[in-house]
Amino acid sequence: MHLLITLRIALRALRKNKLRATLTILGVVIGIAAVTAMVSIGQSASDLVQGQFEALGTNVIVIFSSGHRRGPVQQGQGAMPKLTASDSEAIATECPAVLAASPIVGFGGQVVYGNSNWRPREMVGVGIDYLTVRNWSLRHGGFFTDRDITSAAKVCVIGRTIVAKLFQTTNPLGETIRIRNIPFRIIGILETKGANLVGEDQDNVIMMPHTTVAKRLRHTSFEAVDVILVSARANDRMSEAENEIRQLLFERHNIPPGEPADFEVKNTTEIAKVLDIITGTMTLLLSSIAGISLVVGGVGIMNIMLVSVTERTREIGVRMAVGARGGDILRQFLIESVLLAMIGGLMGFALGVGLSVGLTAIINTFMNSVKWPTVISIPAAVLAIVFSSAVGIVFGFYPAWRASKLDPIEALRYE
Amino acid sequence: MPLIELSDVWKVYDLGEVQVEALRGVSVSIERGEYVALMGPSGSGKSTLMNTLGCLDRPSRGSYLLDGEEVCDMSLAARARLRNRRIGFVFQNFNLLARTSALENVELPLLYSRGVSARQRRRRAAEMLEKVGLGDRMDHHPGQLSGGQQQRVAIARALVNAPSILMADEPTGNLDSQTSREVIQILRELNTQAAITIILVTHDQAIGRHARRTLVLRDGTIVEDTADFARALAALHAEGDGDGEAHVVPPPHLPVGQVQQPR
Repeated sequence: MHLLITLRIALRALRKNKLRATLTILGVVIGIAAVTAMVSIGQSASDLVQGQFEALGTNVIVIFSSGHRRGPVQQGQGAMPKLTASDSEAIATECPAVLAASPIVGFGGQVVYGNSNWRPREMVGVGIDYLTVRNWSLRHGGFFTDRDITSAAKVCVIGRTIVAKLFQTTNPLGETIRIRNIPFRIIGILETKGANLVGEDQDNVIMMPHTTVAKRLRHTSFEAVDVILVSARANDRMSEAENEIRQLLFERHNIPPGEPADFEVKNTTEIAKVLDIITGTMTLLLSSIAGISLVVGGVGIMNIMLVSVTERTREIGVRMAVGARGGDILRQFLIESVLLAMIGGLMGFALGVGLSVGLTAIINTFMNSVKWPTVISIPAAVLAIVFSSAVGIVFGFYPAWRASKLDPIEALRYE
Repeated sequence: MPLIELSDVWKVYDLGEVQVEALRGVSVSIERGEYVALMGPSGSGKSTLMNTLGCLDRPSRGSYLLDGEEVCDMSLAARARLRNRRIGFVFQNFNLLARTSALENVELPLLYSRGVSARQRRRRAAEMLEKVGLGDRMDHHPGQLSGGQQQRVAIARALVNAPSILMADEPTGNLDSQTSREVIQILRELNTQAAITIILVTHDQAIGRHARRTLVLRDGTIVEDTADFARALAALHAEGDGDGEAHVVPPPHLPVGQVQQPR
């Protein structure tokens, strides 16, 4: 029998029981909606992570001091900074796979300009190549020079948020702000960077020469460094760069072979990979839970199709008496259940898209510094349809098969 | 060559503990264009014989040649095709699809035959409905039609694929005497004018009388095969209770009540 006719028969059968059909597909609607929303939100999360890592800088390697010491006493990470500014310089000059390196010295405190004040999220002392490493650029003005570093000059570069908080009307370039009562001249303004991975505003930043922070604000030695940020020349030279750095630092810190290092080298791709695995796993987990409701929806379809087959036993008998083969009957009922599931799938997809748009909107309102992207992909739509059809076939097959195996004589006699 | 040739046909229902022999060595041949009534008391096997002749059922033993083809060896699909092309069915309770128009009901057999376009289907179904006098009721659903009209739709459906045999199982069983006569009139015209072979199961003597040949069944065998209705009646009453409907006689080896009598 022609597919089109079968489709029409199925549609008519469904129309005869609109309420029942609607209730039956509800399970599939919910299932597909849940899966769609989960996959879409998971995809957004993954995109967000990827985007943030790109924003962090290209091919970035981070070097921390580690708590390992030669001796029995274990200390926490960063407890005794043993990385130095000269380490950073050595890495930049001696490791061929390294493009640039910059020491980082952290500090926190209040900034005052005129009669307004503000507490930046981050106040860091950095080297001259910091912007290269971070893949960042200046909007106005300039950056520190080697001279500023050696003289621990009282100069700074500020992010867009600082500009917005302290300088509503005046041009900040050349103005002086005070940190711990020390005046700093603003020599540059950074390009907007946006929020980082955890939603912190990266433009809420003041950068100074690392020596300035160390000496004038933290009152430690010139050389003291918390972290060294390195950027490799290319993505495929990351591990090469890491090895070179390890080797160099082992030599510089006089660590004999076999001893634990007093530093740790991490690259952001690794972190990105881990985060990607985490978001991927979460997405998979949530989707599988959502998928369970799809199975429940499928069972609902099976149930109602079994009822329908029983109700229409006489009809099946008549169709068989006038020449329908088992295959015709099987197809008729199978198409009916697939149609049910597919309609449910389409409605569920629409609902799921609505849900994910709504959810991302909510996330974006509550975490205003992060722009959580909404991802609605064509593959997801195709997948929803394919998936729901599969549910229709799988759960519709048994009832349809039972219908096709009816004995026409018994079926005609059925009351 | 006869249209239908049954030789030594047995139908045994295996009910587990017991076996019921619904047909016990039936041999009969029916020529093209005959009008045959199958009569007999309940449980005599006339419905089983009807289902066998209609290719709905397959004999347990024996041979059934329909137009020279052996039906007993055929697959389910092949028998379905045979029913579709060669045989039309009319049932006691009409068996029309509910909430489906008369036209679509009549189109039904054509849906299952290959190579009939939608337009042809519509045209042939409409023609058939005109023939049974329901040209003005094509869009009515069975619920909107009287019993007689419904049976006429069923007849149109049975005939739409131009079968050579029309099987009618108690076609007037649910109709009053007036509409019964109309239906019988249609059957007779089909037989005389269109030369369609008609096989009719009935226990109504008034209906059976119109057939030109009567087969009387009892206990799964043909006890009378005659063109003389008086002889058929005699055979029917030979062991019966006088009203043509014999009391239920279970096969002798079965205790009463244990076995559902095949209708």
